[in-house]
Amino acid sequence: MTTTTPTTRKVHRFTIKRFLADNGALVGLVVLGLLLFIATPAFLTGQNILNIGIQASTIAILAFGSTFAIVAAGIDLSVGSVAALGAMAAAWMFTDASLPGWLALIAGLVTGLVVGAVNGAANAYGKLPSFIATLAMLSVARGLTLVISDGTPIKTPPVVSFLGGNIGPVPVPIIVLVLAALVASFILNRTVIGRAMYAVGGNAEAAELSGINVRRIRVIVFALSGLFAAVAGLLLAGRLDSAQPQAAVGYELDAIAAVVIGGASLMGGYGKISGTLIGALVLVVIRNGLNLLNVSSFWQQVVIGLVIALAVGFDVIRRKTRSS
Amino acid sequence: MSEEPTPIVSVRSVSKSFGPVKVVTDVSFDLYAGKVLVLLGENGAGKSTIIKMIAGIHDFDSGQILVDGTPVRIPNTRAAEALGIATIHQELNLVPSLSVAENVMLGRTPKRLGMVNRGALRRQAQDALHRIGLTIDPNTRVSELGIAQQQLVEIAKALSINARVLILDEPTAALTRHETRQLFRVVEELRSHGVAMLFISHHLEEIAKIGDSVVVLRDGQRIAEVPGSTPEDELVRLMVGRDIDDQFPRRRPDATDAPPLLEVTDLSAEGRFSHVTLTVGVGEIVGIAGLVGAGRTELLRAIAGADRYDSGTVTVAGKRLPPGRIGAAIRAKMGHVPEDRKRQGLVLQASVNDNLGFATLASTSHAGLVDFAGQRKRATAVAEKLRVRMHDINQAVGSLSGGNQQKIVFGRWIMAGSNVLLLDEPTRGVDVGAKVEIYELMNTITAAGGAVLMVSSELPEVLGMSDRILVMRGGRIRGQFRSDEATEDKIMDLAARGGDE
Repeated sequence: MTTTTPTTRKVHRFTIKRFLADNGALVGLVVLGLLLFIATPAFLTGQNILNIGIQASTIAILAFGSTFAIVAAGIDLSVGSVAALGAMAAAWMFTDASLPGWLALIAGLVTGLVVGAVNGAANAYGKLPSFIATLAMLSVARGLTLVISDGTPIKTPPVVSFLGGNIGPVPVPIIVLVLAALVASFILNRTVIGRAMYAVGGNAEAAELSGINVRRIRVIVFALSGLFAAVAGLLLAGRLDSAQPQAAVGYELDAIAAVVIGGASLMGGYGKISGTLIGALVLVVIRNGLNLLNVSSFWQQVVIGLVIALAVGFDVIRRKTRSS
Repeated sequence: MSEEPTPIVSVRSVSKSFGPVKVVTDVSFDLYAGKVLVLLGENGAGKSTIIKMIAGIHDFDSGQILVDGTPVRIPNTRAAEALGIATIHQELNLVPSLSVAENVMLGRTPKRLGMVNRGALRRQAQDALHRIGLTIDPNTRVSELGIAQQQLVEIAKALSINARVLILDEPTAALTRHETRQLFRVVEELRSHGVAMLFISHHLEEIAKIGDSVVVLRDGQRIAEVPGSTPEDELVRLMVGRDIDDQFPRRRPDATDAPPLLEVTDLSAEGRFSHVTLTVGVGEIVGIAGLVGAGRTELLRAIAGADRYDSGTVTVAGKRLPPGRIGAAIRAKMGHVPEDRKRQGLVLQASVNDNLGFATLASTSHAGLVDFAGQRKRATAVAEKLRVRMHDINQAVGSLSGGNQQKIVFGRWIMAGSNVLLLDEPTRGVDVGAKVEIYELMNTITAAGGAVLMVSSELPEVLGMSDRILVMRGGRIRGQFRSDEATEDKIMDLAARGGDE
């Protein structure tokens, strides 16, 4: 065993305090659920739970992509626009280019991947801060979506519409959500690329000097973010049977909020898919609950804002107590 | 018999715990006007905690601090300032985008009708700078100054609020010899003005030059108070608690006729270094001495593949490396320990396990998946071999001491099986005890047929550990010495003015 100095400070013991501190978002979600369960009988019904799952699927999948970016100390502001562009590309390939439905679907995914890679290349090789590169892409991708669609919705191929349906009693978006979570978590935890994301986000220079190809990792990070955005966009389109030019406007902020509520640090180097999933659920459950309680959507925005501030404030305190 | 002077600050039996851990136990000392007291101790001995108690950052649990004979509480830094106590921390607290004058007068900017009174600002700042003999233009932006001058600006700032007690926390850690001398002149100046100073330093050779007396701390306790003229060996013994027979335990393996492991030929990079040719043989340690800015770090980075170069070649074990490709250098079994481990060497919030494994993450993977079990096994073995003091391999590297952090950067290359090591300031900010361990590690590497190229600004280290010493100035190698013929004077002569070219 390794030697221990007498000045060793921390002794790891399981305490309720530590558990609460490490799982703040989860505890928040459970408390939220309990409160809503008490407040309204409409909350804990099978149908409502499925609704929550469907609503969470879009935000959570976008947020998984954002998690890669944030872990690597970047940010992706373009995910909402890329989601819309991916879905629109698929729909256009099907209707205007007459591609088979499944090929159109793949084309939509590739569109997201490529657009994301462009973000990554602008950041890694063009030396643009990711904030700027993806802010530009937010506008470019939305513009392209409008150009392709001429501003009107385009019908999606059946295979995309299937994504909006059910398998037995289970909505497909929920199945996709679970798969996406597993894949994202696998990438972050098990693959060399995922572990390198943490290193790049924690200290890019140290990563580079250790032989990690930082620029390549950055391109991959944003390409993955684009791919996940396209998946989310296709789910959204599937539910509406059509790709909407104004789909997912502003969703990037929900995605970032979900990641942050889930405990990731915008400074990079921290973040977990499970946290992000919980963060997305917190956002959706609050909206769902406030709807059930007939709170106006104006007030909902106020509440959501406060929750984000509280979650991050709590996180700052948690980090402080952990480091001292 | 002269009358015993009263101390300005008296620390009496002060103790402090963080949670269950006592970090300072029953420590006492006095600070007198015009005297410099040195606090000496390894990392974790409690020096910074003591400073923070006097500076008003930490409260103490028991004991007393007296200022001018009156017991005081120092709840915050403002209270410390009011008592005339100023602290120059290692991390400088200046605003880089503001001018020197604005920084010196920060928080006390002279105003007229609600607007900045530029004339008065300049005048008052100038006075403060003059007091320590600093002749920089107060309108200069702080970002344009070097670290040493920034530090002096900070001292000027402290004195402009009439500090009678100045605490200097490792002020020379980032300074060159020349800058250190300038700082010491300022310290002399302040001494003659009757300022009491508390000085923290890792550099033992500085103590005799500057300190009137030395308080040695170990594990939070005061071990001894000795005069500043105490021999270094004795100070080391007090600090570490045991004898260190040899500060530089170099054991050179027998020479072989094997071709050199590292060959650098006519390497040039515009504005950084030019026409550098050097070899490092099997079992050899070559030291590169020179002043800051001589191009040593730049050269090392280029050899390591971290930066590109314009012309010339780098060859490892007969294989030529492509320029600017760190990956290729690593595959050729070269490892690079950069000069700033916190900024360039480690991901501080990541674990010991992760940090040890970054260089081998890809090469030990299977189908793109990390070999977690194998990595953990290898990392544990390396940490044990290097005697890294930690309680857990999953502990964040940022919570280790400087010496142990440095061992992790070394360990990464041990894990990668590197046998050519490029070391940039390998023991900066490392305790005496851990230093010797790092030197032993260098011995182990060369004994196993490796080669070490070391850049260091600490001449005793270069002289003590190198088999051969190269001296750089202005981006060129100006000469070389065998270790048995080199002296500090010869090296400095070549590094600063240049002998035959």
